[in-house]
Amino acid sequence: MHLNSVGSLWLRRYAMFVACCTFGLVIAGGLVTSNDAALSVPDWPLSWGRLVPTLEGGIRYEFAHRVAAMLVGLLTVGLALAVGTEKPLPDGRGSDGTTHLHAEPRPSGSGSWLAWAAVAVVLAQAALGGVAVRFVTPAWATIAHAALGQLFFAILVAICVGLYAGYGGGWAAPTVVCTVALFSQTILGACVRYGVMTPVAHIVGALFATMLVMWAGLNILLQNLENPRLRRPALVLLSITFSQVFLGIGSYMARIVYAGAPQPMPVLVLFTVAHVAVGSLAVGAAVALAMLARPNAFRVHGGTGCRRTPGGRSTGCCCCIPSWAPA
Amino acid sequence: MKKIWMGAVLAGSLTLGGCGGDKPAETAKTEATAPAGGAAATPDEANGGTITGKVAFAGEKPKMATLDMSANPACERAHKGSPQKSEEVVVNENGTLKYTFVWVKSGLPADKQWAVPAGTTSLDQNGCMYKPRVIGLMTGQNFEIKNSDPTNHNIHPQPTVNTDWNESQSPGQAPMTKSFGRQEVMIPVKCNVHPWMRAYIGVVGHPFFAVTGDDGTFTIKGLPPGTYVIQSWHEKYGPMEQTVTVGAKESKTVEFSYKS
Repeated sequence: MHLNSVGSLWLRRYAMFVACCTFGLVIAGGLVTSNDAALSVPDWPLSWGRLVPTLEGGIRYEFAHRVAAMLVGLLTVGLALAVGTEKPLPDGRGSDGTTHLHAEPRPSGSGSWLAWAAVAVVLAQAALGGVAVRFVTPAWATIAHAALGQLFFAILVAICVGLYAGYGGGWAAPTVVCTVALFSQTILGACVRYGVMTPVAHIVGALFATMLVMWAGLNILLQNLENPRLRRPALVLLSITFSQVFLGIGSYMARIVYAGAPQPMPVLVLFTVAHVAVGSLAVGAAVALAMLARPNAFRVHGGTGCRRTPGGRSTGCCCCIPSWAPA
Repeated sequence: MKKIWMGAVLAGSLTLGGCGGDKPAETAKTEATAPAGGAAATPDEANGGTITGKVAFAGEKPKMATLDMSANPACERAHKGSPQKSEEVVVNENGTLKYTFVWVKSGLPADKQWAVPAGTTSLDQNGCMYKPRVIGLMTGQNFEIKNSDPTNHNIHPQPTVNTDWNESQSPGQAPMTKSFGRQEVMIPVKCNVHPWMRAYIGVVGHPFFAVTGDDGTFTIKGLPPGTYVIQSWHEKYGPMEQTVTVGAKESKTVEFSYKS
């Protein structure tokens, strides 16, 4: 796939790798919570006073999460440095030699800022994880840890998409609202998981978030049926969100069925981890769609092939700006 | 390149910062064991009143789930041949309920201070189970936590009134001594390494409490004459209360009955 992207090939691949690792980290975190293993290692940053503890029971989940978090942290620092130092070649080629016709300047501004924001968030995550262990899971710390994890993944998705589509330009309000709603849902979900809120708030929030996703997603989809660059991400967001709703129902049902279970049951663990992971994907997909739906996204093509039919549909190899997007 | 190294060192030092964490996690704060000033009273078993009774269980005996200890081979080996069942509800042979905490909820003189009972109360981690599952303590009373298993455990009480703490205990490690400073019925205790492990601690401000055992009975001795609210508490079936009046050297019987 050649997208005339603003980031060099290796940088884009590296950013994707970091984002995939982060998604794995989200799953690892979900496994820790679902297996009730968060405090199986009572000290931090060492584990049972050692660098590598005996890997048994809940310690396996918690220690794997810590190691994965450290690796992702290091990878993120590398990404920030790489994004910050990435410069276009004078003739319009990236550092990998790929031609970037009409390419905008490299993402030394927003992209670099986002990458360093990711570093700040991952460091805050590490600190919050330590607070949760040292001060024995204060609810605010564990909820903030869960929320920041989702925010971190969203930032990495934004960096990845930005390396393809650029960072500048205005935002289309519905996609931003949709992203905020989905992110808020992950916070509500964390509140339910840690017992500071009843599931009702999360369920009501899910209704609102789903409606917003449908509004933004269908709007973009219907106006860009012939433009795969927006049709596909819109379809992905809609599919992920609907999957998430069913996973949410499954998690809730599993909670009821296994309410009296003496230990975390595999079905319950499966549903809740999948719900957390797909929740991350939903936020990530919303971020991606919000960035791709900007009027300035893929500006390298814009203005040459973009045509709008009388009915308002966009055609051609271009960024197809929704009718409600800012000019 | 220099920047990359600086970044890596920065991230590493912040992630692993504060090494030397082999210091155990903070210990629970406790209040004074005995009241300041004035002698603390002990139950007068010779002249005081006695409340005895049993906790009956009516209905079909619930079938307890078999615990899956495959996450830890040492735990699984401890129950080889006879897999461990959950002890959430243990109905004795005589139809009574084990692990029910019974205590005097109210009726004692408010201004009286009570001495901490003599003897050591222990909570053992044996076969990757807490033994016993339910214990009673007086505020400020020390109790011992032992690890008889060849595996690691963390002990994590989850009080709402007392201070939360979470500490590790490796195989062969010396028993740890702890106490709780405030009355709280009950405090759940869990091990996050082995999430099926669960115990409950009842902490009250006087020595008038008991936990039912294999015969489902309880005895509370040395009560001053008076009228008391006696509460029984079971982890699945919750609390029940009865009011009873007892005189000097008098013995009264109370029976609690839970249904499935």
